[in-house]
Amino acid sequence: MYSERENLSRKLYQEILRLRLCEETLVKLYREQEMRTPTHFGTGQEAIAVGVCQALNLEDVVYSHHRCHNHYLAKGGDFYALTAELYGREDGCSKGRGGSVHLTARDKGFVISSAILTQTMAVATGSALAFKMDNSKNVAVSFFGDAACEEGACYESLNYASVHKLPVLFVCENNLYSTESPLNTRQAPGTSLCERAAAFKVPGEVIDGNNVFGIYDAIESLLPKIRAGGGPFFLECMTYRWREHVGPNFDFDVADRSYRTEAEQRDWMENKCPLKYAERVLLEKGIATESEILGWQQGYQAEINDMVVRAKESAWPNVSTLFANIY
Amino acid sequence: MRKIKYSEALSEGLIQAMERDPNIFVTGISVDYSVGAFGSTTEAVRRFPTRVFDAPAMENALTGIAIGAAAMGKRPIVYHPRCDFLFLAFDQMINLAAKWKYMYANQAGSMPLVVRAVVGKGWGQGATHSQSFHSILAHFPGMHVVLPATPADAKGLLMSATQTDCPVVIIEHRALYNIEGDVPEEAYTTPIGKANVIREGKDITIVATSFMVQEALVAATELAKQGVDAEIIDIRSIRPLDEETVLNSLQKTGHILAVDTSWEMCGFSSEIAALAAEKGYYHLKSPARRMSVANCPAPVSLPLETAFYPKASNIAKTVLAMLGKNGDMSNIDQDDNFKGPY
Repeated sequence: MYSERENLSRKLYQEILRLRLCEETLVKLYREQEMRTPTHFGTGQEAIAVGVCQALNLEDVVYSHHRCHNHYLAKGGDFYALTAELYGREDGCSKGRGGSVHLTARDKGFVISSAILTQTMAVATGSALAFKMDNSKNVAVSFFGDAACEEGACYESLNYASVHKLPVLFVCENNLYSTESPLNTRQAPGTSLCERAAAFKVPGEVIDGNNVFGIYDAIESLLPKIRAGGGPFFLECMTYRWREHVGPNFDFDVADRSYRTEAEQRDWMENKCPLKYAERVLLEKGIATESEILGWQQGYQAEINDMVVRAKESAWPNVSTLFANIY
Repeated sequence: MRKIKYSEALSEGLIQAMERDPNIFVTGISVDYSVGAFGSTTEAVRRFPTRVFDAPAMENALTGIAIGAAAMGKRPIVYHPRCDFLFLAFDQMINLAAKWKYMYANQAGSMPLVVRAVVGKGWGQGATHSQSFHSILAHFPGMHVVLPATPADAKGLLMSATQTDCPVVIIEHRALYNIEGDVPEEAYTTPIGKANVIREGKDITIVATSFMVQEALVAATELAKQGVDAEIIDIRSIRPLDEETVLNSLQKTGHILAVDTSWEMCGFSSEIAALAAEKGYYHLKSPARRMSVANCPAPVSLPLETAFYPKASNIAKTVLAMLGKNGDMSNIDQDDNFKGPY
């Protein structure tokens, strides 16, 4: 009854909704102080992960950074394994050894996330090198933040990918803040990250990071060129971090934290929310109804709640395995 | 047996490894130059031109790139003409490669990364072209750190490294590249984590790394003329460390001297002294001793540089002192025939 395009739009919305409910459920649980792992919540930035990953194939690989839950889930990582990881359980995706910032879902093409800024830009570039050496059509994607573009390895990676024309897609999630440092303390006025990429002959584009449909379309048109050997691309997605750098709070709820205003934050959360935007598009185009959306929401939440219960009940790692997998 | 140079043994091991495994590739500064990594990759680039390629000076991301290729099933060998540049690669090596298997609980695949790094010595290499980082790297769980001291082990350890599923750092020594030794022609592996008693003796145990193995052998020959029978352990691998071979030797001799190419402070020679104190205390007839380069950055000027490096004579004199003996060892040192510039 819906066209292919309409079904795609529904799917994109459903994925943002699912990721939002997953992350906000974790936010609530985090306050119970039972997840002993520093966690960087990605609420408000879901559209980028969803728009990119929905356009990829299973064989394409994705790398992420410290704020990685969205990418892990969007590429097919299991929410139960994520939750168990945060609780430090043996069923965690990294068996409780990695924590929130060290996730993996290798069979889904989510290779790893890592806490060190820019690290996985280089690693994704290396996977792209392997793809090129093997004449495969796969693409490697690196998600990173605006602050990663202040690390030297960012430019080493861009340069190398350009010199070798590697099938790597650099997806910058520019959420305007690095921990509590705004852009203007880190980048000269008038800085354009795409211009920096262009200096290495890597083409780039700035895009609304909270419009999942636009992101999907951009990626879908880029991928054939990258797969055909056209070389890397730099996509800068403008977005906003809703919660504090690390932890479950809103900055405006934390005393004496004044690096951004509540008004600015509320504007992004209320007027530029990627979930609300996608929902509005679906309703306006008549390709979903409010009751249908409520049904999806309840369905996802029930699944999430069930997985949380199971994760909390799952077994701790046996201390006798402390030295497993060192070499 | 056939004798070939250390550099030729590295080259032969590399070619045999690359013939065996098409996933191996080599990258790093100068690997496809005509001199090819001091001769160790010249033949490989001729045989496998698409699998041996140069890299820009970008040690940090290049290591990450190797990691990303390894994650897709490749077996990268990253080459550094001077070990000192590894500091720029330490984030990727230590924070990611070394932790890959543990931190992702073996769910993200293996990490068969090989890093080769050459230690410079002499001809005024100076403070930033002469350091050996084996002790620093061995500090961190998750990586193997090996130091071939002979042509046979240069080939065997390289071949082992290319068949290991965790990161292996091979610390090579520029001063060893021209030495000759017996090397089997066929492909073989030298086990990682197994020390080699390169000279048997009963009076004292000398545990040496890399180039200091060669200096210790010279010292032992001269000591024998004085009636001292030194046992020399070429440690070969410092992570994993073959404690058993060291302790068995100490039990036999009762004296132990650790001779290293890098500083004593928090270094490999201190690790051996700690091993002797903790697990070999009741074998010790004299205090464990350490010997390494002087406790300052490496100077350039010839007389200063000469004083900086311990030599066979220093080892022999220390051994005699430890055993309460006297003897003139001042003229035993070999000429340094290394010609510059690099």
